[in-house]
Amino acid sequence: MSEAGATLKKVSLLEIALSFNHIALASFGGGLSAWSREVVVVQKQWMSEEEFLSAMTMCRIVPGANQVNLAVFVGTKLKGMAGAIAALVGLCLVPVAMILTLGFVYFTFKEVPAVKGALHGASAAAVALTLTMVIKTGQKCLTGVMPIALFLAAFILNGILRWPLLEVLGILAPLSLIWAWPRKRAEA
Amino acid sequence: MKTYLSLMGLFGSLSLLSIGGGNTVLPEMHLRAVSGHHWMTNSQFADIFSISQAAPGPSILIVALVGYAAGLGVAGVAGGIAGGLLATVAMVIPAATLMYLITLSWQKAQKSKLRYAVEKGFAPLTVGLILATSLVMSKAADHDWRAYLVTGVATLIFVRTNTNPLIVVGAAALLGYIGFV
Repeated sequence: MSEAGATLKKVSLLEIALSFNHIALASFGGGLSAWSREVVVVQKQWMSEEEFLSAMTMCRIVPGANQVNLAVFVGTKLKGMAGAIAALVGLCLVPVAMILTLGFVYFTFKEVPAVKGALHGASAAAVALTLTMVIKTGQKCLTGVMPIALFLAAFILNGILRWPLLEVLGILAPLSLIWAWPRKRAEA
Repeated sequence: MKTYLSLMGLFGSLSLLSIGGGNTVLPEMHLRAVSGHHWMTNSQFADIFSISQAAPGPSILIVALVGYAAGLGVAGVAGGIAGGLLATVAMVIPAATLMYLITLSWQKAQKSKLRYAVEKGFAPLTVGLILATSLVMSKAADHDWRAYLVTGVATLIFVRTNTNPLIVVGAAALLGYIGFV
């Protein structure tokens, strides 16, 4: 963390905005969180894997769109309020212009342009990118009985049984905190 | 003017109600935009939902399209664009401000036990939720065996090689465009 802190100081607002713009534009068809990890953790190394993953869940608990919250988290960590604004503008500016253009076409011609097939194909690859994130991050943090149990419980409750996220977290978040809480006496 | 005030009021409050992500307020958004304000029809809402899911950027930008439809009735295309921008700002700013304040105190709590436990404990939980997301994503996109095949091959490429993901996503988009997927 401390060696990462030294390089963080040099990040410019423009670089933050451009990085989040890149994340947003690369995610056509979906896979925004996988792209966020690809840029923030792998390419720029602004955050460690664990810090990024836990931030993702925090961003789900706090009101607001998850990806918007994540941009604010990363931007604030890098450069305070100015960083948060740069990340938000980078994430939203070009996509808003694009989606309003699509809206104009849709409401004028009553037809979604013939990109539907292309987006359907892209979404299959976006799912692959998200699965890849599961495999790569899983190799690093699923290293014991408790982590694997938490992982499986979250997947089954939210993905298979389709419980609402808040109920899943209501049960699993306290369990995971109890498991991960630093216990000095036991270890000393 | 009244329409714009309604837009700001609606999305400003939905912003802070969207606990668990933007998708949680979609039913309320649908109700208010279609039955409450009559900004659009039911099938138009379904169409803008799929546009916002597929378009690049956060899927919460569906609010820009709701705002566009609302403004369209007031002052044509220019009114629509104004409505779209206003709806986006109203949806993003309140929650983002809250997130900013939370992040600030989180950054100060560098050495706290809670932060240590959250970073260690939430990681496996998050990986499970992401796996759930990818399952839900492919179901929502109505994928058949060919799409699953593309997903499988693309996953292999991502895990085994260092290929730029954009090339793979682009190739899959091309497959979709020519009608394979």
